[in-house]
This record gives sequence, structure tokens and C-alpha cells, in this order.
Amino acid sequence: MSLLRRTVLLAVAAFALPLHAQSIKLGELNSYKVFPAFLEPYKKGMELALEEINAAGGVLGRRLELVSRDDNGNPGDAVRVAEELITRERVALLMGTFPSNVGLAVADLAKQRKVLFIAAEPLTDKIVWESGNEYTFRLRASTYMQTAMLVPEAAKLGKKRWAIVYPNYEYGQAATATFKRQMIARAGGGIEFVEQAVPLGKIEPGPVVQALVDAKPDAIFSSLFGPDLARFVREGQLRGLFRDRPVFNLLGGEPEYLDPLKDEAPVGWWVTGYPWYAIDTPEHKRFRDAYQKKFGDYPRLGSVVGYATVHTAAAALRKAGSTDTAKLVAAMKGLEVDTPFGRIAYRALDHQSTMGAYVGRTAVKDGKGVMVDWRYADGKDFLPGDDEVKRLRPAR
Amino acid sequence: MTPTALALQLLNGLASASALFLVAAGLTLIFGVTRVVNFAHGSLFMLGAYLAWTFGGLFGDGLLAHWSSVLAAAAVVAVIGVAVEALLLKRLYAAPELLQLTATFGVVLIVRDAALAIWGAEDKLGPRVPLLDGTVELAGRAIPEYDLFLVAVGPLVLVGLTWLVTRTRFGMLVRAASENRVLAAALGVRQALLFSAVFALGAGLAGLAGALQLPREPANLNMDLAVVAEAFVVTVVGGLGSIPGAFLAALIIGLVKAVCIGLGTVEIGGFAVAFPRLTLVAEFVVMAIVLAAKPHGLLGVPPPVLATTPLAEQREHVRVPGRRAAIVAALAFGALALLPLGSDDYLLVLATDVLVATLFAASLQFIMGPGGMTSFGHAAYFGVGAYAAALAFRHGWPMLASLALAPIAALVAALFLGLFAVRLAGVYLAMLTLAFAQIVWSVVFQWDAFTGGSNGLVGIWPPEWLAGRERFYLFGLVVLAAALLLLARIVHSPFGFALRAVRDSSLRAAAVGIDVRAIQWRAFALAGAFAGLAGGLYAFSKGSISPETLAIPRSVDALVMVLLGGLNALAGPLLGAAAFTWMQDELSRATDYWRAATGAVILLIVLAFPQGIGGALARLRLPAPWRAP
Repeated sequence: MSLLRRTVLLAVAAFALPLHAQSIKLGELNSYKVFPAFLEPYKKGMELALEEINAAGGVLGRRLELVSRDDNGNPGDAVRVAEELITRERVALLMGTFPSNVGLAVADLAKQRKVLFIAAEPLTDKIVWESGNEYTFRLRASTYMQTAMLVPEAAKLGKKRWAIVYPNYEYGQAATATFKRQMIARAGGGIEFVEQAVPLGKIEPGPVVQALVDAKPDAIFSSLFGPDLARFVREGQLRGLFRDRPVFNLLGGEPEYLDPLKDEAPVGWWVTGYPWYAIDTPEHKRFRDAYQKKFGDYPRLGSVVGYATVHTAAAALRKAGSTDTAKLVAAMKGLEVDTPFGRIAYRALDHQSTMGAYVGRTAVKDGKGVMVDWRYADGKDFLPGDDEVKRLRPAR
Repeated sequence: MTPTALALQLLNGLASASALFLVAAGLTLIFGVTRVVNFAHGSLFMLGAYLAWTFGGLFGDGLLAHWSSVLAAAAVVAVIGVAVEALLLKRLYAAPELLQLTATFGVVLIVRDAALAIWGAEDKLGPRVPLLDGTVELAGRAIPEYDLFLVAVGPLVLVGLTWLVTRTRFGMLVRAASENRVLAAALGVRQALLFSAVFALGAGLAGLAGALQLPREPANLNMDLAVVAEAFVVTVVGGLGSIPGAFLAALIIGLVKAVCIGLGTVEIGGFAVAFPRLTLVAEFVVMAIVLAAKPHGLLGVPPPVLATTPLAEQREHVRVPGRRAAIVAALAFGALALLPLGSDDYLLVLATDVLVATLFAASLQFIMGPGGMTSFGHAAYFGVGAYAAALAFRHGWPMLASLALAPIAALVAALFLGLFAVRLAGVYLAMLTLAFAQIVWSVVFQWDAFTGGSNGLVGIWPPEWLAGRERFYLFGLVVLAAALLLLARIVHSPFGFALRAVRDSSLRAAAVGIDVRAIQWRAFALAGAFAGLAGGLYAFSKGSISPETLAIPRSVDALVMVLLGGLNALAGPLLGAAAFTWMQDELSRATDYWRAATGAVILLIVLAFPQGIGGALARLRLPAPWRAP
């Protein structure tokens, strides 16, 4: 080793050591290259939260450090990078993930390796119920919760014949099943459903829309998103599918999926989403201003999820007073966190957070799709009763 | 469904078919002449859509501006296609066919990251087309004008291409080169120029298809692989190189899908059959049926039976590995067994991944190298093994018994497909294996109650005595060593010699009394069994599995590993799997653009070592295990 190299290395070590010796590492993994539209804003949200926390002196007197990895959108790779975060980076906890199968795989690894895992984005009900485990907590409102948020409006209409269109995988199937079950429970029968399952990312909009037109439904419930939603909207408007028919679309108001539609965004649909431009609570304004100042861009839903995930981790560390997993898991139960959507809590019962979503109707304003007449649906109001949850989440 | 509804659904199907035909026509043209299976064709399609969006923004609104942007996008994509051909594929025409596939896969990775860097993550919805943005009233239903336009474009392109191929001098040269490249070259046809021209045309068609799709679908980063799989299917169903065949195939697939969607849920014999769910896999079912009935596609012609294998290195004399090889192998095993002593836990996790990948790649190399048969759907057996082990384990079987079930289940699956597969050869065989894998995938994906559906199965961890990372690694190493030893014995047994004889000249092999199909069938089943064992190991190493264990990317990974390692080197799978796993792991941490970086490394390796890393080592006259089997 040359003298120069040795000097440089020593200098680097001298500079880096005090910082690293103290910092607490958060191990984060996500499918950045598979779902960039959602996850680029998500990463920015995390960065903002991290900056705020460290500027305020960090946690437990130590800096927070984010170690982020790409899991390639597949469970096998996700388990590998999670192992790397655990063994080599020695992170205090795991967080992140987007698709449900990846979230479930990492949750199971967390149980096996006894590490806390905060599932940020996966929507599957199973991660807290059927496959729930001691070490896994989930931030976002689940498929069940978001569907339940739309049901009251849908049931009020008293429509008898519903067309359901959904992406043909667990998220779409679960949304469809929950919607049907709750609609029947409320209406007490007499409701019919016609269904169209479309391959994710590969909808054939012409045939699907025509089949729905031919089915002559009174109303439509959709859980499409992304390019499938854009194609469905354009084709449906062209072919008059939405004329005189109420439409409900899960996630349809999320800027990630609404914004690409621009002035062709549907009008009058009931959706769950995130009207970032209109929420004027102090906590949200502060978040939005800081975000826009730092990135020169407006926040998407992903930004809120990333931001709230990092703040959850910080709050858990603070409450536990330690990076010890057992203490962290104990701290997570009932943990309250302040987010841009207000204060949320992680339920001790099933490890689901009470973070809600905004429910409203779509409109076009200044050539852009927006949500109007919206209200905040608090997550805690859209979960099944405790006994039902206990049945859904078998003790292991 | 009423007759009117059916008729209109068929019309919808025609519009989809036209769009599909445009992509597939370019692919089949390129394949017919250059024999390149161009994985990057979908990427060219995607670039066409994005470029049309950009040009649309630059040129502004209006009729002229719109169509100028479409043509400009097609032209730019044609230039990109020529660049790929000139800079990359031109150097690989002499290499084994599949190497070109690997190279074009590298291009896919680079293009995807480039598109993300240039256009960003948000989907780009194009404007509606001037004059074609309304609908026409047909039988009381609104049909988009643009759909009717597309219905007309397909046949027009078909007629234009047919005229070009059958009536012009350029077409004559294309046909000559398609039929016999060597002879055409001997007669003075300038191949380099012809290939470039065909590539420009094929790429331009892909770009045009992308640009025409933009009003129907926002440009997005997942268009590439979504469309290329479908285009492959259309090309193969129609018969490779046949443009009318591609049209016919696109028509069939477009119509089948439209009718499935139109049927909706139907009661058949007391069961509710949800036909729309079939669209997930409709094209692959069509392909499997067509290939089972017509092994060369609808309008394809059987390729001439070659007197002997075209690859010189495969004709080399095969020596059974001797004592030196055994010593080297024993030393390698010893060194790997000592790995836990000097490394951190994560290295063991990586090494376990390499073990599984090695076994998987070795099974593929067995069928491709000594077997001379190509599998694009090898993940099917890997996945069947993984699911068999996981399901048995979840139903209370002990781990070892579950693991033992993995190769058996995969063997059964491979025996079944083998019945059909051994009748085919080359790309047709490859595509049938792909179709089989996709069908199995879709069953696993949709059978929620049994396989866990898209979420898969969790909680498949080895019991206490194997639970640590170190123990599981050593266990995997022993399993791998035993499996590789067995595989090496098979390769050098009389069966192995017969298999190579069949590969090198099936005519001569048959003449000396070898039952060609029986030998191939057995080899096929064996390769499946070893892949299944790899899948079983994988399930226990990860603790969970989901349908991605049998999806296309896993098959492609295995192909890349085999080709990186070398098709004919015994140590190839180990080298390829180690290089690929290590590369992905390092690059994904080193840069946000790790996909492009992976693609670039693949291109470099392919260009520098067309025989794979193992092949390159063999040239250095290393000890026998590195040499060709």
C-alpha cells in the first residue's frame, strides 16, 4: 500500500468513524426499478424525514442512517438483500417493500431472523392477518380498508347490477371479494355482479369495455391502476361506458395514477387517493412546504408513505430507547406517530396502522385530474371488529 | 353473448391483432434472415412509443404534426436498430445462436434504464389522433375510429411487406438469405448490407407499432417485455420467418382473447368458468396447441436436417475426465467447504444463492450442451420443484422428504412436456418450453387455495438442525456436489455418448440404431429433475416462494448463466452462476442504474468471450474439468 493511499484511508477513517460509530442504521429495501412511478417520490419522502430527524439531533443521541437496497421486485432477491442488511450492515430494523409477495417474503424472513420489519406499502390483508407475525407491522391502509372506505357511498346508491373490473392478482381479487361481501351484507341480497379480470399491465381495453357495455351494469367498481387504468379510462370514455353510470375506483385518486391522465381524467368517479393540493391541516402544510422546498416538486402518495415510514422507525427507536429487537417490537405495539395525515397508531391487536386515505370524487381542473368533495377516512374506522380480526389472525 | 356482441368483439380482436402483427412482422423478418432471436424487439417497440410522445410534444397539435411524429419515431428506432446490429450483433453472427439472444437481453436492460433516465418514471399518455378521435356507431355501440383505422393498417402492412418480399430485388435477396445464408453469400450477396437493411426495416416496424400504440396505451417502462413475449408467440405460431403466418397468428390470438373477454363467466356443467381470467395465458395455450399439432407453426416450413452440428467445438472428441479432473474437483469442493471459516454471514447467503443457481444452470446446460436442445422455459421445472417441496412441507412432511419430492415432481412435469417437445427442434422447441412454463405459471398464479396465488407460500424454513446460514450452506454444497457428480457420470456414460450422437447428427445416430426420440425424452426428463432439485433447495434457502420462481425472467437468468459460463465447459454452470450472482449483487449496490450496468457487463462478456468464461478458460489449456464434455 502506497503512503498516499494509506494516508487517505486513515483520513477517511478518522473522519468517518465518529459518525458511523454513532449512527443507527435503518435497512430499507424496495422495488425501485419495477415501480419507479411510486417509489421515486417515496425515496424523496424518506430523505426529507431523515433530514428533519437528523437536523433535530437524531434519535437516542445518534444520527439515523438509511441503507437502501433494490429488491428487483422479486421475493428471492428481496430475501437476499434483506439478509445483507441484517448480517453485513447490521441494521436496527427492516422497512419498505412494495408488491405483496415481496412484503410477505420479507415479513417471513423477519420472523425467522427475529428482526423488526415495517412494511411500508404492500396492501395485502394477509401481511397482518392470515400470515401476520410478531415482528411485522404495516403502515398503509390495506386493500380491505380502502375498499371498505368506498363501500358506504356505493351502498347508498342502491344499484342492483354491478360490473367489477380488476387486475388479476391478489390485490384485485381481494378488493373484489371484499367489495362483494360488504355490498351483499349491506344490501341484504338482490345484488348481481359481473366480473372482468384483466392481466396486470396487459388489459385489452376494447374487448373489456365492450363486454362491460354489453353487460348493462348499473354501476362499476374497479381496482385498476397505472397503465391499465389509463387505457380503461380512455376506451371507456370513448365508448360511452361511464355515461350515466357511477364508477368507483380504488386508488384512482392517487397522483401517481391520476396525473398521467391530464385533462382526460374521469369526472365524478368515487376514488381513494391523495389530494395534496387541497389538504390544509397544519401538519400536512408543513410537510408539503418542506417537500416542495427541498425537491422543487409536489408530493405524491409515495412521498407520504416514505416520510411516514422513516418517522415510524424513529418513533419506535425513541420509545424503545434502544435498538434491541424485542424492545422495538414492544414499542411498535400501540405506537403513535405524527404523519402528514395526522396522528396514527399501530394497533397492538394486528400490527396494522390506522393511517387512512382520502375518499372523494374526481374532477378536471386547469387541465389536470383532481379530487373534490373529499374527506379523510381514518383507517381505524374501516377495520373489522376485534373478534373478527382475532379470527383472521391466528395466533402462532 | 348475442351474435351482434360477438361480431363486435371480433372487430375489437381485429384491432388488437393488427397492433400485434406490426410488432411480430419485424421480429419474424429479422429472424428469417439473420436467425437472431431478438429479445430487444420489445424495447424497440417501447422506444417507438416514447419517441412518438416526445416528437408529438415538439411538433405540436394537428394532423400533419401527429403523423410526422409517428414516422419520425419509426425512423429513429430504425436507426437505433441498425446501430445495435452494426455495433453488437454483427460481431456475433458466427457465435452460437443463443449467444445473440443473451446479447439482445443485455440491450433490453440498457434500453429500459435509458428510457427511465430520459423520460422519467411517470407514464406518458399520448394525445388522441386528430380526425380519428371519435367513434362510429355500429349496432348501437360506439366503436372508436382509431380501432377501425388499425384494423385497416394490419392488412396494408401485410400487403406491402408481401410485395416487398416477393416482387422486389431486395425481397429476392431476403428470401435467398433466409433459405440458405451460405449459398447466398457465395453467390455474391453482400450479407453485411442485407442484414443491416433487414434490421432497419424490422426495427422501423417495431418503432412504428409503438408509435401507433401510443394513442391506445401510455408509454411506460413495462411495455418492452410485455410485448416481446407476445410477439415471440405470434412469430412462432405463424411459423418463423413467415409474414403471412404472423398475420394469421396475430389474428387468431387477438380473436381468442376478445372472445374470452366477451364470454365473461359462463356456467359449464355446474362450474362457473371465468373466461376473462384465461387472457392471462391465452396466447400460450394457443401456441402449445398449434405446436403440438403443427411442429413448425401454421405456415412455417421445416428447416433442413443438418448432416452434423454446426458448432465445431461440439464435434471435438470427448474424453472422460480422468484422475486430474477428480483431483481438481475434490480440491474445489474442499475449498468451498472451508468457506464458512473465513467469511461473514452474508457471503454464505450469497454462496448459497450461487449453489442453487449452479445446480439450476447445470441442469439447463445438460440439456443444451450435450443434449443440443434449447429450453426457454426451464424455470417451469425449477418452480414445480420449489412448489412441490414447499407444499409437501406445509402439509407436514419432514424437510428431507419434501426436498426429495422436488426432483420427482419436476421429473413428472418434464416427462409430460417431453412427450411433445422431442418432436420439435431449435427455436420451436424453445418456444414450446416457454409456453409450457407460462401455462404452469398461470395455474400457480391463479390457484389461490392451493398454491397461495400471486402471493405464494411462506414459512418454508429448514428445521433446527439446518437452520443456521452456515449449516444450510454446507448442506447445499453436499447436495450440489452429489448432483453434479451424478450429472457428470451421466454425461460420460453410454447414455451421454448416445445423447451427443443424437445432437451431432440425428440422421446418423438413427442409422446406427439409436432411438433418437427416446434418448432425447430421457435427457429432457433428467434435466427437469435436476432443475426441480435446485428449486427445492431454493425454497428452503429463502423461506418463501411465489410464482416468480417459474416466470420468464428466471428462465432468462439461467440462460444467461449458462452462456456466460460456456455451453460446453463442465465447470461452466459454476462459473456462470457465480459471475452472474456476484455481478447482480455488487452492481445493485453500486449504482441506481444497476440494470443498465448488468446489461453492459453481459455485452462485454459476450463480446470478449463468445464461448463463455468456461470456454475461454478451456482455450488456455487448463486441466480437464474446464474442457469441453
